[in-house]
Amino acid sequence: MDFLRKKLDKLKPHFTEGGKFSRLQSVFEGFETFMFVPDKVTFKGSHVRDPIDMKRIMTVVIIALIPALLFGCYNTGLQHFRSVGVDPGLLQAFWFGLIRLLPLIIVSYGVGLGIEFAAAQIRGHEINEGYLVTGLLIPLIMPIDIPLWMLALAVAFSVILGKEVFGGTGMNILNPALLARAFLFFSYPGWMTGDNVWTEGMVTGENIIDGYSGATPLAICAAGDMGNLPSFMEMFIGTIPGSVGETSTIAILLGAVILLITGVGSWKIMLGVIGGGAAMGLLFNVISGNPYMDVPFYYHFVMGGFAFGAVFMATDPVTASQTEKGKWIYGFMIGLLSVIIRVLNPAYPEGVMLAILLMNVFAPLIDYFVVQSNIKKRLRRAKVALNTGTK
Amino acid sequence: MSISIKLKRGFDIRLQGNAEKILAGDVHPPLFAVKPVDFPGLTPKLDVRPGDPVKAGTPLFHDKARPEIRFVSPVSGTVLTVNRGEKRKILEVIVQKEREEYIDFGKSDISRLSREEIIEKLLISGLWPAIRQRPYNVVADPHIEPKSVFVSGFDSAPLAPDYNFIAENSPVNYFRTGMAALARMTKGNVNLILNGNDTSGRIPDDIPGVEVSYFSGPHPSGNVGVHIHHLDPVNKGETVWYANLQDVFSIGRLFAEGIYKPEKIIALTGSEVKEPRYYRILTGGSVAPVVDGNIKQGNLRFISGNVLTGTRISHDGFLGFYDSQITVIPEGNYHEFFGWALPGFNKFSFSRTFLSSLFPRKTYKLDTNIHGGERAFVMTGQYEKVFPMDIYPLQLLKAIIAEDIDMMENLGIYEVAEEDFALCEFICPSKIEIQSVIRNGLDLMRKEMS
Repeated sequence: MDFLRKKLDKLKPHFTEGGKFSRLQSVFEGFETFMFVPDKVTFKGSHVRDPIDMKRIMTVVIIALIPALLFGCYNTGLQHFRSVGVDPGLLQAFWFGLIRLLPLIIVSYGVGLGIEFAAAQIRGHEINEGYLVTGLLIPLIMPIDIPLWMLALAVAFSVILGKEVFGGTGMNILNPALLARAFLFFSYPGWMTGDNVWTEGMVTGENIIDGYSGATPLAICAAGDMGNLPSFMEMFIGTIPGSVGETSTIAILLGAVILLITGVGSWKIMLGVIGGGAAMGLLFNVISGNPYMDVPFYYHFVMGGFAFGAVFMATDPVTASQTEKGKWIYGFMIGLLSVIIRVLNPAYPEGVMLAILLMNVFAPLIDYFVVQSNIKKRLRRAKVALNTGTK
Repeated sequence: MSISIKLKRGFDIRLQGNAEKILAGDVHPPLFAVKPVDFPGLTPKLDVRPGDPVKAGTPLFHDKARPEIRFVSPVSGTVLTVNRGEKRKILEVIVQKEREEYIDFGKSDISRLSREEIIEKLLISGLWPAIRQRPYNVVADPHIEPKSVFVSGFDSAPLAPDYNFIAENSPVNYFRTGMAALARMTKGNVNLILNGNDTSGRIPDDIPGVEVSYFSGPHPSGNVGVHIHHLDPVNKGETVWYANLQDVFSIGRLFAEGIYKPEKIIALTGSEVKEPRYYRILTGGSVAPVVDGNIKQGNLRFISGNVLTGTRISHDGFLGFYDSQITVIPEGNYHEFFGWALPGFNKFSFSRTFLSSLFPRKTYKLDTNIHGGERAFVMTGQYEKVFPMDIYPLQLLKAIIAEDIDMMENLGIYEVAEEDFALCEFICPSKIEIQSVIRNGLDLMRKEMS
């Protein structure tokens, strides 16, 4: 690696203040620190530091996303071949899906990182790693047939207006990946809802066999067509139509295990979401007003984006509640609202995205009350001390 | 009835180079220094010039804002130089030791002295700076009466010296006298905190008027700030005083012998020390005679104190006023190829994102590399795991950065010091200089309240 290091050291002067390419300083630094951990040593404060940094944390999340990504490739192929009446092999389906998914990933990273690099250069900051995760999350929550220009537009919208205007990674209020999805959901609903968008090739409608509907379990439930609902096991494994990475609960659970073992994802939020969903689902089971309410509460965990949202979206530390007590409330409310929106709102078959975005907005308020209770405790203590002191 | 508190939150950094319990001898360095930078919030005013003769106990400088607080020479000899930094800030006043001589402050029986006389004696002799206070973590204000006094009888920091071993090799009677002097400072409790995990009992726990409590658990269970928080938290308008264990011996010596002789037993520790041992030395002594011949080759970082809160010194630098430890670790100025992506069997981390977490007993050689660049706050819920107080660390830090005085007060800034946040700084994935932020907050608050 010495060769590479020497090369970089030689190039470096060109990219610093006054060099030929000083406008690309952030980009150069981004790549340099990507390849080599900087040689900077501690100056003030603690002399030794934990080897963990943002890159490490983001890497863990990306690793946790891999099972869902791989399954997403397979399922994309599987649904496509099913729709045209072919029974594909495992590799055939996977390969097909991979080829279809790659452009989405490339566009997402290309546009998003491009904006991040530019923003870092304008601010004179180092490049933030946040988008490494967002860039992969976005394709995984899209329908496979989303036009690439729409995806690019959504990414630009969410990175610029959702994140950079607030000051970049760590300062944003809304989850950028969900913001991209919400942007498309409200701007181009024709590409984000309905039965045709979830299966590759179905929008154009060629060669689709009659028996294949392409409807997601959520759409089936919303229509009250319970007879066509896939089995719990099928939905748990994920061989159902849906956004690219959200269908397989088991693949998402694998990711959850990685996040929980490494401590990168908050178990309190994940458990909170499940608890909230279960509570609301059970309540509906008890009320039993229509066929959707009768769907066993645990079905909600394996339908739509519930699992993906709980594990990868709600746990985004920047937009979630930042106090430990707040995380329970935040998670619980997300689960609760998701199921309410799903069951009671006929306009939106999927409630997870909106529930998380809504709770993103409320997270600071939750934290406010949690912190306020600590403050009150301290004031009360001071008062008691004052009273006993004067006696 | 003594209180016993077991803390769960915290973290022990498992470093190589723990000092063996061997007192390797007395060290008599030729040079000594008193460093104004050891005392946060101090604006020093010089009392001597290079070439002036001084005795052990002669003031070298005093606090400009509180002139009665003097910082004195630990030895008798000649002022050699005054080292200054940026903006002519005084970094260290160096004294060359020439003879064994002490200013006689007079022996006295504490029980016959009034509280004011005891304080006066501590101020004149230069031992006063050994007593510090919360809020603000500065040298105590002699004009107020604290609600309680704390002495921590153990240090839980990485590679910290064993205070029981130190007490075993120090004049215990001086400790009793010193505690008795501190007991006169307040109408409230005088607390001595002992290690709940090591009750081998070398530190006397039967001093009249002294309340003994036991703390155990991972670092920072030995931090006096943690003890204060759990036993007698500082509210707005209240003050608590505290002193280091070894300084209590010096206070006792002052009343018993009438001299200022800040003798200490220090631990030479760290992975780059050949034979980590204990040494007896005077505060402010040059560390060169301690480390020379006992350290490994390489680009090294010398620290007066521990790796979390210590001060960087050169290999011929000086022992800090409050330090009982010298740590030597390797510098980390190298590039690591894809260092953040490797499995990390040999990378010691609080997080479980490195495979080293599979070996919970291994000790490590850590260097000074920062391992990443500074970022905004992203992760949450991490600091809390190493911060055993009922305070929201992240929210307090943000209040300080925003200079929100009311919020800082509400969130408990009066109770904390830089050292309480040292572990937060260690584990911070955003590489934020947390201890500096806290110090800025304390300075800002102190200015605001004065």
